[in-house]
Amino acid sequence: MLSRTADNLFWIARYIERAETNARLLEVGARNAMLPDTGSGRGNRNEWESVLMASGTKARFDAKYGAAVERNVETHLFFDADNPSSVSSCFNAARENGRIVRTALTTQVWEALNTAHADLIDLSRQERSSLSTTDLIDWTLRTCSLIRGAGLATQLRNDGYDFTNIGHFLERADSTARILDVKYYVLLPDVAFVGSGLDNYQWRTVLRAMNATRAFHWAYGGEVTAAKIVDFLVLNRQAPRSLINAADGVLHHLLRLETQYGRGCEAQTRARALVDKLNRTTTEVIFDKGLHQFLREFISDVNALGGVVHQVYLSGESR
Amino acid sequence: MPDRYFNEMYHDGAVRPPYEGLEAWARDMPADLRGMKQSEAEKLFRRIGITFAVYGEGGSPDRLIPFDMFPRVFSSAEWGKLERGIKQRARALNAFLSDMYNRGEMVRAGRIPAHLVYQNDAFEMAVTGFTPPGGVFSHIVGIDLIRTGPDTFYVLEDNCRTPSGVSYMLENREIMMRMFPHLFQQNRIAPVESYPALLKRTLASVAPKKCEGDPRVVILTPGHFNSAYYEHSFLADMMGIELVEGQDLFVEGDFVWMRTTEGPKRVDVIYRRLDDAFIDPLCFRPDSMLGVPGLMNVYRSGGVSIASAPGAGVADDKAIYTYVPDMVRFYLGEEPILQNVPTWQCAKADDCKYVLENLAELVVKEVHGSGGYGMLVGPKSTKSEIELFAAKIRENPSNYIAQPTLSLSTCPTFVEEGVAPRHVDLRPYCLVGQEVNLVPGGLTRVALNEGSLVVNSSQGGGVKDTWVIAGSH
Repeated sequence: MLSRTADNLFWIARYIERAETNARLLEVGARNAMLPDTGSGRGNRNEWESVLMASGTKARFDAKYGAAVERNVETHLFFDADNPSSVSSCFNAARENGRIVRTALTTQVWEALNTAHADLIDLSRQERSSLSTTDLIDWTLRTCSLIRGAGLATQLRNDGYDFTNIGHFLERADSTARILDVKYYVLLPDVAFVGSGLDNYQWRTVLRAMNATRAFHWAYGGEVTAAKIVDFLVLNRQAPRSLINAADGVLHHLLRLETQYGRGCEAQTRARALVDKLNRTTTEVIFDKGLHQFLREFISDVNALGGVVHQVYLSGESR
Repeated sequence: MPDRYFNEMYHDGAVRPPYEGLEAWARDMPADLRGMKQSEAEKLFRRIGITFAVYGEGGSPDRLIPFDMFPRVFSSAEWGKLERGIKQRARALNAFLSDMYNRGEMVRAGRIPAHLVYQNDAFEMAVTGFTPPGGVFSHIVGIDLIRTGPDTFYVLEDNCRTPSGVSYMLENREIMMRMFPHLFQQNRIAPVESYPALLKRTLASVAPKKCEGDPRVVILTPGHFNSAYYEHSFLADMMGIELVEGQDLFVEGDFVWMRTTEGPKRVDVIYRRLDDAFIDPLCFRPDSMLGVPGLMNVYRSGGVSIASAPGAGVADDKAIYTYVPDMVRFYLGEEPILQNVPTWQCAKADDCKYVLENLAELVVKEVHGSGGYGMLVGPKSTKSEIELFAAKIRENPSNYIAQPTLSLSTCPTFVEEGVAPRHVDLRPYCLVGQEVNLVPGGLTRVALNEGSLVVNSSQGGGVKDTWVIAGSH
């Protein structure tokens, strides 16, 4: 397939994943704002700063809005066209990419992308006070599911499908790692503090941001601890957003490409190394090394892998 | 007043036979159902994303072209004559191009003035002395026709470069079939769905000699910001071929290659939807980022075919138009089946004088204009508008041609109050490769505003499904 087509498919998947991450972050912030702040003893919790850090757009936000209050963060993360990773920007970019590669999409996927775009226009015309944060979040999650589901159910299982999934899993690996990284300072000191009565709402926040609270309890039960959370979100193959699952996904689709094209490249080698590394790791090793350090390395490995995928398949430069 | 125009459905107080199947349908359709169907059609168009862009108007680039559900109908006997005329004209235009870029026999014979051809902006020096495969320069010929009476059709203009709109022909039909299946069960309507397959066959048939195996055909688009992008991607999809941009192609070792995830793949035929000026910065406009550097070299050395050939536009120039009937006689030795609209060329002193004296009755167009812009419709213009335009003509007479105000036929059309006649034209798409093909249908454009004769989508025009009733007279 055309390299440019593959590139667009790859980015459609990344944008959809990114939109969902933003919606989940918004949910975390909104939920925390409803909980009383037991630390200061006054007012409610304010998690908007860390939400912005996790989305990687704090500097941009500070420059434009100043105060991190709900309405501003919501505007920034959902509607703002100046924020390239806002939900709106992501859906619009995904739809624009879809328009460019219309021929590589099934009608169902295209209609899902196109409908998202039309809905956004409707939403942006409505009075803001009539739109609840919950509705915006629900709409985003539903739309992401619709687009992904349409792809899953109807897209041809050709190389385009693999590039879509590689984009999806790379973005997922990156966003899980970043969200964990923003919270590492909460998790880090508590590794030896198992079963403490510490206020662990922030850990729950991490799980909630990954839409994994219930899954976590099914998998582990009992007390929420740093070690369990890290194990779940990094090393547990049952967790849909875990790093190892994302790495597996990238490798799986790269191997499919290797089979279809009759040859592999550095991308497969790197993806295999990434999975191997996670396979050999334990939570103890991660905490010994330092969670932050571990995540930084992982993010850099994922970026390097993305770079190779771009170079070999998407740039059209390889011979 | 209504009698001035030929009504395609009601003539001499009776329903003309091709429209018989529609009379009861239109009469018995309740207004609310009509409204429902109309909004259903709109939703369908919107959902499939079939939009067009109007340049220079700002706002959203994605607009819907209005679709009128009342079909425009031809009997197969009427169509048969049109088909012969269209194919004849397409062959003559190609013979003309082949001649002009080689020996120039028609000029030598004194049948067409040399300067009109060789000093024409659309004439491409880079193609002279070159004969593309099959001698075909214009592979998709869009011929705009109007009707003024039961048996009178005129050619309004030819489009030899990259006529657009065929996706509407196909989608209009799909939507009509989806909304009114019983009309298709009751009437024997000739299908048009073979167009993409025919187009692909036509393009493959002009692959260069150097092509090995199955020709790889691609569509070259200026990109998704282009107003006709939907059509480019639609056609690529229907033909199952790649839709490429200039950046996806490169030239190496006498061939054109496309950048794929599996490395370079050779390209044999390029159906370009890009103007000549942009296709190769080394040959034409050096600032073009849309084309492929070196493409013309490969083309001239027979490494790739381009449809339509660069320079094909010289045949559809409005100044050349007058000579097309003569081309039919000169190259084919036949009498033209389709007539031209009488045309005055302001470049000729006598014609210019006549035009200036009769501006109020004439339609004046720019020789190189398109889309209904830069034209004067005399009977619909104020005195001062006419005077302004007269000044423009005096300033640069050779830039203008004039034609009588044509009595475009009308076709019943759904309007606010029910059904009313509106003026229509027709653009069929003739395919020229090793053989010449035409699907039974085309794009009918309709001027939706009452009394308007301008069918361009940018100026209040809409589209209709166009039927040819099989085995009818």
